[in-house]
Amino acid sequence: MSLLEILRFAGRGVTTNKLRSALTMLGILIGVAAVILLVAVGNGSAQAVNRSIEALGTNTITVSSTARGATTPSALTVDIAQSLRDSALAPDVRAVSPVVSTAPTMTHAGTEHPVAQFLGTYPTYFGSSNSPLAAGAAFTDQDVAQSRRVVVLGRTVATELFADTDPVGQQVTVGGALFTVVGVLAEKSSASGFSDPDDLAVAPLTAVQQALTGYGPVNSILVEATGPDRVDAAQQQVTQILNQRLRLPAGTTATGRGGGGGAGAAPYRIQNAAQLLATRTETAQTFTVLLGTVAGISLLVGGIGITNIMLVTVTERTREIGIRKALGAPRRTILTQFLAEATMLSVLGGGLGVAAALIGSRFTIVGVQPVIVPSSVALALGVSVAIGLFFGSVPASRAAGLRPIDALRYE
Amino acid sequence: MTLYLVDGAHRATEAPDRPVLDIRGLTKVYGQGEATVHALRGVSLSIAAGDYVAIMGSSGSGKSTLMNILGCLDVPSAGTYRLDGVDVSRLDDARLALVRNRRIGFVFQSFNLIPRTSAVANVELPLAYAGVKPAERRRRALAALDMVGLAGRADHEPNQLSGGQQQRVAVARALVTEPALILADEPTGNLDSRSTEEVLAILDQLHAAGRTIVMITHETDVAARARRLVTLFDGRITTDVRQGGAR
Repeated sequence: MSLLEILRFAGRGVTTNKLRSALTMLGILIGVAAVILLVAVGNGSAQAVNRSIEALGTNTITVSSTARGATTPSALTVDIAQSLRDSALAPDVRAVSPVVSTAPTMTHAGTEHPVAQFLGTYPTYFGSSNSPLAAGAAFTDQDVAQSRRVVVLGRTVATELFADTDPVGQQVTVGGALFTVVGVLAEKSSASGFSDPDDLAVAPLTAVQQALTGYGPVNSILVEATGPDRVDAAQQQVTQILNQRLRLPAGTTATGRGGGGGAGAAPYRIQNAAQLLATRTETAQTFTVLLGTVAGISLLVGGIGITNIMLVTVTERTREIGIRKALGAPRRTILTQFLAEATMLSVLGGGLGVAAALIGSRFTIVGVQPVIVPSSVALALGVSVAIGLFFGSVPASRAAGLRPIDALRYE
Repeated sequence: MTLYLVDGAHRATEAPDRPVLDIRGLTKVYGQGEATVHALRGVSLSIAAGDYVAIMGSSGSGKSTLMNILGCLDVPSAGTYRLDGVDVSRLDDARLALVRNRRIGFVFQSFNLIPRTSAVANVELPLAYAGVKPAERRRRALAALDMVGLAGRADHEPNQLSGGQQQRVAVARALVTEPALILADEPTGNLDSRSTEEVLAILDQLHAAGRTIVMITHETDVAARARRLVTLFDGRITTDVRQGGAR
């Protein structure tokens, strides 16, 4: 009996009980699709985090204030920021940009937009934060010195307020003060997943302090190192200067996560982009592992489902195997038939699962664009096919090994 | 009606040619220890080509066990079984499958058709295992169905056929390979009298066409159709008579 003939028999076996075959395939489909898609979502969110952090620039250090309310004298001032530009004490610092941040509503010709971040800073911010301009020009040091009310808009703000018209040269009202738009930032990454990096406006520090925040402490200081490999050195120098200026005991460090906790802790936190990247990546990996575990459980449950159906199928068909043996079917032919049936079901189900996952990954799921991990496809498909084949063939092999009379009498 | 005593010397074979089926000192033991059951206690029987033999016996007499061994569905505990001159008690699984396929056509009491599969596909099955090409297979299967009068029902599935029709499909399946021996294990046990008559008529036809038939039954009127009647009791052959048959 030729292989083609046996395959035709197997095909008939699959189509004879359509509901059972469909349910088996559905079990495999869901298991495979869940694993691939959930891992893809985890992977996609990790990549989104990486992109948004890389957009910040990789050779910058952010010093942010951890002082809350009036109990601690606020640490970071413009003076302190300027003291960090010291070619003797901090040779590895290229630029320092103190940043004040607020979130006012911007209006133009009756259109309102609550901007997520309205920053007051120095022109060096654009270079340090890796934010090139798409149109117009950045403000200058002179603008800062004269508190000139000019503003550079992020892409989202420009679109919200000006739609299709060119915003450069137009005026916007921010908290009762008029600002002239001098430039528009280039679009940052579009699929960051979390906050919109383009929903911001940047103005000279002095103008923002004068019009909006007042001359208090700054929220953070963005420090740019001379190169990506000098970031650690720059961070050390900055820490030293800050500790000196704030009269903290030498050796106080405030790097990384949770820098504000404990006695004698610094009233500021210092983070570089690489650390931020590592932390976030770690979080994202935990997330991926978690999703992968959930998906793995669903594959396991799916696998048990397949196993159950295969076992029931063969038990139910032991009599049929007995009839076939009585008619002179060799053991090998019966085995091949059942193996082919199991292969058809599991490969077809697995293939449809991969297809479902590929289609599903084209959509954004809870704000995350899934990115397929090829190894998860291989793993999910491999596991489900292996389960299908094993539990499809082992009971069949047992039944085919019975004497025909025992298989015929099987209940 | 002539009566022969079975003592090994006078066996009820009148045909001079080589027997299709020849068993010597066949025993079959089930279980072990106290639960040991001797289903067959040394059965010797020889059946010539073209004969029509009925095997009778009460339940527990070992007739089904004998039939399963004759059909190569079960193996004897001791003794030899020669089918067409070949000692099948020493064959391996693959060769036994070949013997079942080529030399034996088996008709079961419970029909044993493959469910959800058309009548013609059921009849084709042994030919498929014999490696016959699909077109030739279909032609022969339809011819066999025609012979049992079911050519019009070729595409019906077993659950769409009556018991008698199912059994006739099973007979068509048994004869489609043109086997040396047709074995029927209580073929009419599950049938009403009309279907019984239909199936027996087909067996009569097959006998007339020169086929060797061995049939188990516990109904005397069914057994009366055969040319030779063997009675089993408690695992041994008690009588072996040649009779005229009902034709």
